[in-house]
Amino acid sequence: MNGAGIIKGMIETARNFAGSYHDSKRLTTVQYPEEKLAPVENARTIPFLVYDGGDAMPGLRCTACMICEKECPPQCIYIVKDQVKKPDFVGKMQMQPKVFDIDISVCMSCGICVEVCPFDAIKMDQVFELSTNDRFGGLLLNKTQLAKPNEYFNKLHKTEASEIDARRIEEKQKAEAAAAAKAAAPKPPAAPGGAK
Amino acid sequence: MSASTTTVELAERAPENQLLEVSLGPQHPSTHGVFRMDVALDGETVVKLKPVFGYLHRNHEKIAEKCSYLGSMPYTDRLDYICSLTNNWAYALTVEKLAGLVAPERAEYIRVILSELTRLINHSALAGFLLQDMGALGTPLMYAFREREKILDLFESLTGARMMCNYMRFGGCRCDLPPGWIEQARSLVAEFPKFLDEFEALLTGNEILLARTEGVGVLPAKLAVNAGVTGPMLRASGVNYDIRKVDAYGVYGRFKFRVPLGERGDVFDRYMLRILEMRESLKILDQAMRDLPGGPIMDPKAKLRNLRPKPGEAYGRIEGPKGELGFYLISDGGPNPYRYRVRPPSLINLTILEDMCLGQTIADAVVILGSVDIVLGEVDR
Amino acid sequence: METLEQLKTRIEAAAPGAQVDIVPNGCPASQPSLLLDGGHARAVAQFLRDDPTLAFDYASNVTGVDWPEKTIKEKIKVKKTVEGVEKEVEEVCERKTPAYLEAVYHLYSMARKHGPLILRLRTENRADRVALPSLTPVWRSCEFQEREIFDLYGIVFEGHPDLRRLLMWPEFTDHPMRKDYVEADDYEYEPTPHEEVLAKARKHYPGGTPA
Repeated sequence: MNGAGIIKGMIETARNFAGSYHDSKRLTTVQYPEEKLAPVENARTIPFLVYDGGDAMPGLRCTACMICEKECPPQCIYIVKDQVKKPDFVGKMQMQPKVFDIDISVCMSCGICVEVCPFDAIKMDQVFELSTNDRFGGLLLNKTQLAKPNEYFNKLHKTEASEIDARRIEEKQKAEAAAAAKAAAPKPPAAPGGAK
Repeated sequence: MSASTTTVELAERAPENQLLEVSLGPQHPSTHGVFRMDVALDGETVVKLKPVFGYLHRNHEKIAEKCSYLGSMPYTDRLDYICSLTNNWAYALTVEKLAGLVAPERAEYIRVILSELTRLINHSALAGFLLQDMGALGTPLMYAFREREKILDLFESLTGARMMCNYMRFGGCRCDLPPGWIEQARSLVAEFPKFLDEFEALLTGNEILLARTEGVGVLPAKLAVNAGVTGPMLRASGVNYDIRKVDAYGVYGRFKFRVPLGERGDVFDRYMLRILEMRESLKILDQAMRDLPGGPIMDPKAKLRNLRPKPGEAYGRIEGPKGELGFYLISDGGPNPYRYRVRPPSLINLTILEDMCLGQTIADAVVILGSVDIVLGEVDR
Repeated sequence: METLEQLKTRIEAAAPGAQVDIVPNGCPASQPSLLLDGGHARAVAQFLRDDPTLAFDYASNVTGVDWPEKTIKEKIKVKKTVEGVEKEVEEVCERKTPAYLEAVYHLYSMARKHGPLILRLRTENRADRVALPSLTPVWRSCEFQEREIFDLYGIVFEGHPDLRRLLMWPEFTDHPMRKDYVEADDYEYEPTPHEEVLAKARKHYPGGTPA
């Protein structure tokens, strides 16, 4: 029969239309912004800096090693090292960044900065409602705007954050044990030339 | 004006000064991106057609000379932005050839799974867009996108991004599959044939589709081979050349799948071939997910930063969803490539666009362009 | 597929007068290539396509490469007479590599499913003698790719049916992919404070940066 193909197609469309009233699989959209889809654990939009503890600047994990700035493909990270050093979570003195700017209008969410950071200091955030009407400075985030606490990191990426936390606790315990062993050790022998 | 290089004669051809010259694009809903066609029409028949592009030219090849090898990987996502994972694989394959790295088995299987999922999303998007060009404004497209969204959700839970995945690395993959991912993928692959049946019931018997696509834009096999056409367009003309079978890169040699071939080389063959290729991809996915081994996902010799391959050159190619996607890298021993070249299938497939469209009406020219399956990110780079 | 040495002898027999050299390749994938001279390139290409055992009917990729002049300093041992005594002295010699533009063709065979065969064509210099024969009459797939090389590198392909710019607009004058290309810096205000970018942008606004 001429037109059979078209009628068969229309039956499919009608089935979908009727089905969308009672079958949730046929209704595939959510009413954003009133309803939002749950975020996926691995999703990535822009980077953020992780800090431990309650205070952002002293707790910042970043040591201004400049590796993320070097590896960033569109060169959107800009770091200036500070002359003042600060202790990290095991007590060793590390450098810190004085200026840490990320231009999120240039950032392409590739996540390479996260992959190469040796200190777990920069991680990928999941916020995407970032529009602003300040054309030039509004999308240039500085150190304070980028710093978010470790609890926030745990909320976003549960598995990765708990692994990192477990590792850091282990390293801290090892460092404390090594420091205790060093303090309890006998004093080193006198310089040669003194005792025979 | 330079003469056309084909020998199509039209019976009664209007003299040159009575031809209507139309510029189709670059802002046009049917041109798949910023693409322009300068068409000379005699009434409604196409007498001359010159494609013009370069509106999306970002000089990706020069950017790669300034970035390190790893730094170019996110840029390859943005070449053919619909299938980012196959772009990543082609680049990773070439760097592995250049640097002598070998990916472990689990990584190769994951690469095959992701690449076949990419083929599914590309072909369903293409079927949707082709129908939209023909006037079925949106309905088949939304059906196709419904399935595409499920696959994109899979990509997001694995790689972190829906489209710009940046997942393959030199010597393996970036991160391992999260728990529950394979089960989700398996259920998706189990439900996909039902969607394909629904899609075919909607479209393949449709008389309007058949009338508009059968006999339109015929591409003879010999011309296709000489013009360097690859991918579904070549196979629709009857030439059996699928790089997954010829080169058997990765672990493709272990899977049993057929290569569908077309008979006439018209638009309907290209559309139907893509539907058949989707069914073959489902077979490969079944086999790959069944045989997925455990183990590491990165070559232990691979370095993330500061990769400096020895001086030399390599050309690596894969069967992307649009055709042969190749990368040609020349290394001079430094951290950046000396020459980085992308062989874009969409650009090469456009070489015979004019030949296919001559003598057809202008409405057919739009449909033929839709069947070539171009993405401007790849054509212009 | 035969080895490159056998191929070389066959090509030299089929296209007399052709100079064919084998260029080695250092990397693990080891894809060495054949260097052809411009005068006989088209005859060689025709032979490669029409020969029944080779049947290279598919030119997959045409690439342009820019090799600017490089000065290499080497220490070599030279015999010199110093104060009447003949000694071996180490001298620092400067050697300049030639500057040329290159077109690299990757050929495959769809009929016989073998490949790749890599051909190279070099121009004489980078300034004025930049003509090469076009292989588009042999393989139609070179058409757009040779146009792109003309656009981005400046190699003029003789015999190409329609040689004009492909990706850049027709009034553009420079060749962007060359190593000595200086890009135009008249872009808008760039907020990311990288010093050289800001300095370049400031030069365009002598009264201060725009709001």
